[in-house]
Amino acid sequence: MTQFSRVSRRRFLQSTALIATAATTGLVNAPAVLRAQGAPVKLGVLHPVSGALSYSGQQGRLGATIAIEEINAAGGIKALGGAKIDAVLGDAQSTPEGGNAEVEKMNSAGVAAIVGGYASSICLAASQTAARYDLPYVVDVGVADNIVTRGLKNTFRFGPGFGVIAKTALDNLVALNDQAGKPAKTVMIVHEDSLFGSGLAKLLNAQLPERGFNVLETMPHPTPTRDFNNVVLKIKAANPDIVIPADYYNEYVLLARTMQQQRVRPKAIYSVLGGAASSYKFVKEFPEAAQYIMDCNHWFDPRNPKALALRKKVEAQGQFYTYEVYMNYSGVLLVADALQRAGSAERAKITAALESSTFSGHVMPYGPTKFVNGQNTGAAPANTQVLGNDIQVILPSTFATAKPVFPMPA
Amino acid sequence: MRGSFYAALAFCGRMLSPIILVPAVLNGLLTGAVYALVALGLTLIYGVLHIINFAHGALFSAALFAAFFAYRLLGLDPYIAAILLTPVFFLLGYGLQRFVIGPAAHGEDRNILLVTLGLAVVIENTLLYAFRADTRTVNLDYAFNVIDIGVAFLSVPRVIAFGVALVVALVLWLILTLTDTGKAMRAVAKEKLGAELVGIDVVHIYAVTFGLGTACLAIAACLLLPTYYVNPHVGNAFVLVAFTVVVLGGMGSVTGSLLGGMFVGVVESLSGLYLGESLGQIGIFVMFILVLLFRPSGLFGERA
Repeated sequence: MTQFSRVSRRRFLQSTALIATAATTGLVNAPAVLRAQGAPVKLGVLHPVSGALSYSGQQGRLGATIAIEEINAAGGIKALGGAKIDAVLGDAQSTPEGGNAEVEKMNSAGVAAIVGGYASSICLAASQTAARYDLPYVVDVGVADNIVTRGLKNTFRFGPGFGVIAKTALDNLVALNDQAGKPAKTVMIVHEDSLFGSGLAKLLNAQLPERGFNVLETMPHPTPTRDFNNVVLKIKAANPDIVIPADYYNEYVLLARTMQQQRVRPKAIYSVLGGAASSYKFVKEFPEAAQYIMDCNHWFDPRNPKALALRKKVEAQGQFYTYEVYMNYSGVLLVADALQRAGSAERAKITAALESSTFSGHVMPYGPTKFVNGQNTGAAPANTQVLGNDIQVILPSTFATAKPVFPMPA
Repeated sequence: MRGSFYAALAFCGRMLSPIILVPAVLNGLLTGAVYALVALGLTLIYGVLHIINFAHGALFSAALFAAFFAYRLLGLDPYIAAILLTPVFFLLGYGLQRFVIGPAAHGEDRNILLVTLGLAVVIENTLLYAFRADTRTVNLDYAFNVIDIGVAFLSVPRVIAFGVALVVALVLWLILTLTDTGKAMRAVAKEKLGAELVGIDVVHIYAVTFGLGTACLAIAACLLLPTYYVNPHVGNAFVLVAFTVVVLGGMGSVTGSLLGGMFVGVVESLSGLYLGESLGQIGIFVMFILVLLFRPSGLFGERA
């Protein structure tokens, strides 16, 4: 009841009215005992499958639906009498408002939990809306640190956040440079000018000098940008050792291709959450432009046979095995595990089960799963490099599949 | 202090070095040729019909979509699609003026303005409804090919666009000066009533002019597609630039559009270089205001 003091009167009335409507129509999660044995559990699968982020959204949906199919094929949730998972698909239309609207719909449809969101901005809004209904929300990708620092009890992130990724990326860059005998001293940063790129550029500008790198110039550009000639000319004139791009997929590809076109070859192209650098799509379509690019990003565990089986399955469908796929796959399995341990499709019980989760049946190279304030402290990114026609893990060395090639051969 | 001074000096030296300046100017010229082509359509329609065609941007988006789907569905290379789409868009423009804009305007110039504005809203939202707001691109093998001219690497599609734009401008100029239709167009532009009195079919000439203006868009779209992207709002960015070109070159002047387009291209390229990509277009609009202030008739326009 202490919550009420913080909820505005209007919002309180709104949500009460909604709950009342939902309850009278029998949609709000009724206690498990009232259900027929093994009644399907509804799971919200929320992604931006249309609009600017549609490619990533569709990939995310693919990963989530494969996981649901596998769970159902293996006999559903055993603790619930073999209940099948019933996906309630939602399209966030690449906007936070779209995400909110879908959460409202999913809540009315009586979902037990929601997985997805993809973009940080969508995850922020959608998890907040879900919190109003005490609806467990598992963030699939959204890396913004404040997603898990708002004290929302319902929000869980299985993957690593921005802070952890950036720190790992910088540590690994220093390690790579030291290993090679410190050939690189100067850096140029090319970034898109919204929250993601600007935030990263700011952080890099603060951290790189402390680690012995000289940032020659930082070049922002809007999304979309369809001409990188000027940017590449500046890189050519300044001749930095390392170029760090922070862009979404299309711009990243265009920048890399323009650099190739203008024959600009720094010692390394190193990115943090690079939109394209660890994408099989990019490697397949433009192998020359992608060659030797390094990235610090979400990556699957190459030692895990389950991860490799999933890759085969995805590629057999003619799709690329991108991080959205395995992040969502793992997110859905995490929820299924919570359902199994909760022995109930009640939201509060699922939330409690997620809080105490030690789930290990995922495909990511993470440490032991442990949620602190909704963040999985075991989550970590990996460093990858495009070598030949494949993407190899180069760091951490515990599961690296290749040795880094740095500096790039001329 | 001294360190930062030298750093600043080195920075300036780098920015002005020919390695970067020459390619930037050349890129600007090449991009400017496409601006010129879009502006040609606009200036032609303005020169003869004395209206500003607000639907120009939406029609350009439509032309880009047409070129995109010609490639995606029929497998037509954009340069080949141009041969097909130019007559199609000529007929589309002709039909629009003859059967929609003309009749709806009831002979009032003010009405034409509103009709084209309405047309822009309809076209844009039809595109949005049919194809959603997704940004699409085509991937062509030659899109990133370059010609090495020593001082710079020039992108092949841009060089082609530049050449074709020049040819189109020349053809348009020849049509206007040599053919009977061209002479009729100029007559209507100068003195509509007089032209009507000597037996020129003004309604037909209006429609032909609108058709030619729209055909220019189809060519520009096909030239642009290999290096650009398509979405329902993409045309607007070009029309703002095209307005600047038209104002700079002088309303209704073919030469003015061509030179104005290239000049604007260079200004955009250089301001992008020095102010950053996020602010690159500022230079264009500063120039727009300056021209309006000091030479409102434009460089090649007749005195108002």
